[in-house]
Amino acid sequence: MNYYITYFIAAIGLFSFSAIFALFGVYAERKISAFIQDRLGPTETGKYGTLQTFADILKMLQKELIVPAAADKWLFMLAPAVIFIAVYLGFAALPWAPGLIPSKTNIGLYYIFAIISIETLGILMAGWGSNNKYSILGAMRSAAQIISYEIPAGFAIISVVMIAQTLDLQVISNQQGILAAEKIKFAGFWDVTNIGGLLSWNIFRAPHLLIAFVIYFIASLAESNRAPFDIPEAESELVAGFHTEFTGIRFALVFLAEYSMMFLVSMIAVILFLGAWNTPLPNIGSVKLATWTTGIAWGIFWVVLKTLGLVAVQMWIRWTLPRLRVDQLMNLCWKVLTPLAFACMLISGVWRLWLM
Amino acid sequence: MVQKVIKAFTTAWKGLSLTIRHLFVGNTKREVLTVSDTNYFKQLEKGTNTIQYPKQQLPVPEVGRYQLDVEMDDCIVCDLCAKVCPVNCIDIESIKATEAIGQTSDGTTKRLYAAKFDIDMAKCMYCGLCTIVCPTECITMTNQYDKTVFQLSDLVYQFSDMSPEDAAEKRALFDKQQAEKQAAKLAAMKQKEGGA
Repeated sequence: MNYYITYFIAAIGLFSFSAIFALFGVYAERKISAFIQDRLGPTETGKYGTLQTFADILKMLQKELIVPAAADKWLFMLAPAVIFIAVYLGFAALPWAPGLIPSKTNIGLYYIFAIISIETLGILMAGWGSNNKYSILGAMRSAAQIISYEIPAGFAIISVVMIAQTLDLQVISNQQGILAAEKIKFAGFWDVTNIGGLLSWNIFRAPHLLIAFVIYFIASLAESNRAPFDIPEAESELVAGFHTEFTGIRFALVFLAEYSMMFLVSMIAVILFLGAWNTPLPNIGSVKLATWTTGIAWGIFWVVLKTLGLVAVQMWIRWTLPRLRVDQLMNLCWKVLTPLAFACMLISGVWRLWLM
Repeated sequence: MVQKVIKAFTTAWKGLSLTIRHLFVGNTKREVLTVSDTNYFKQLEKGTNTIQYPKQQLPVPEVGRYQLDVEMDDCIVCDLCAKVCPVNCIDIESIKATEAIGQTSDGTTKRLYAAKFDIDMAKCMYCGLCTIVCPTECITMTNQYDKTVFQLSDLVYQFSDMSPEDAAEKRALFDKQQAEKQAAKLAAMKQKEGGA
């Protein structure tokens, strides 16, 4: 019985976290975009406009739920729920700190990748169900894009899994710091098992994973439909793409899913490449910085800090680079990222055999 | 292909470094300077460009040509402004006076009362033709530009200082005078006919 209570608490905790993150994320996005464009962003609602997104969500919850007359009602009404639940379920297998993980499964990474692919289904349902030419165009572009970009992202991840030899995210996290059970070498030659910190992160453990990280990061931008890969939403061509017809709380759910997805893909990148909840500070002789800054509270702090850093980079990229054309998008995916990801996987195999 | 990829990364980095520079100058707020200030364009390069309007206002020249204003004491109700207006935003209703009712500041005699002198600012297109044709220069453009109102009808500016009762009285007086004149004329004609 107590198990169930813990499950509910974990589920509600994760939901409220993603909701609060979405509110904060929208505010941050508006402020960052404003400063990048030499504007001020929201300033009136609350100090420095901090209550703007609360006001927005309150307004959105009160709005009428409009179902277009020609829409496929069931698909249309279910789509936002499918989109959000697919992303939200992904949070279940993410480790937050040493020993702190909502669902400790040994196929965590595989599970996350499987479950967030269902988002595509939700997007297709939304696009088809709206019975609107812009929505269906957006949905088709989105499906094509997500399916294409899962290949380089998948291979980038496989090159990490080949180094780590596990799909369990908690084990992958453990390997990248002083808590590692095995011998960790910096760049394949220097034993840093007791030094930890920045040096034992996956991108430094096997430097070719830096390329894999960049590939995964680019692919994750495309998977969360963020600029410069936001052709499914492309405001200037498709109104708002697959969520054109949604109002009120349904629109809020789609938005929530988008921002949760940003956090989710960034957190996966942090776990796989940037040391998960491990501290970036190494042990230097008797100054045991890494030992002092490892623990449950520190773990949550480091993982959230790194993830928010990556989310900030996503926003920074969004407000800098222009949108790619569909053919450019596919070109980049199939002709650049996929071969590079294959090369990374090959190097991973060689690395594992000869250097570890 | 490799060169293309490298070029893509270097150009993306160029853009990203440009935007991150702007991200951090967001703290400096814009100073409010007039356009004629020598630093006006220089200060736009640093800091944010937003003017927080009701709290900050760009100074406008004293001779700005924004909203219309009418000095009713100088108006001779000639109706020229209403006739020249390309969008018909000026609506004037005049009442003839029984005698000269005074002089404007430039010495022109006023013979008409303005029962109504309305300018619909929602229609006005700020061409300034009315200010040019006005013989007494009583209709002018001012440097006031904020005309926010809560009701559309508030945008019709009423410049006439006559109350409806006053107007009715003056109209009655004029009608009476006309009637008297008419009667006098009739009487004169009758006398003429009688005499002949």
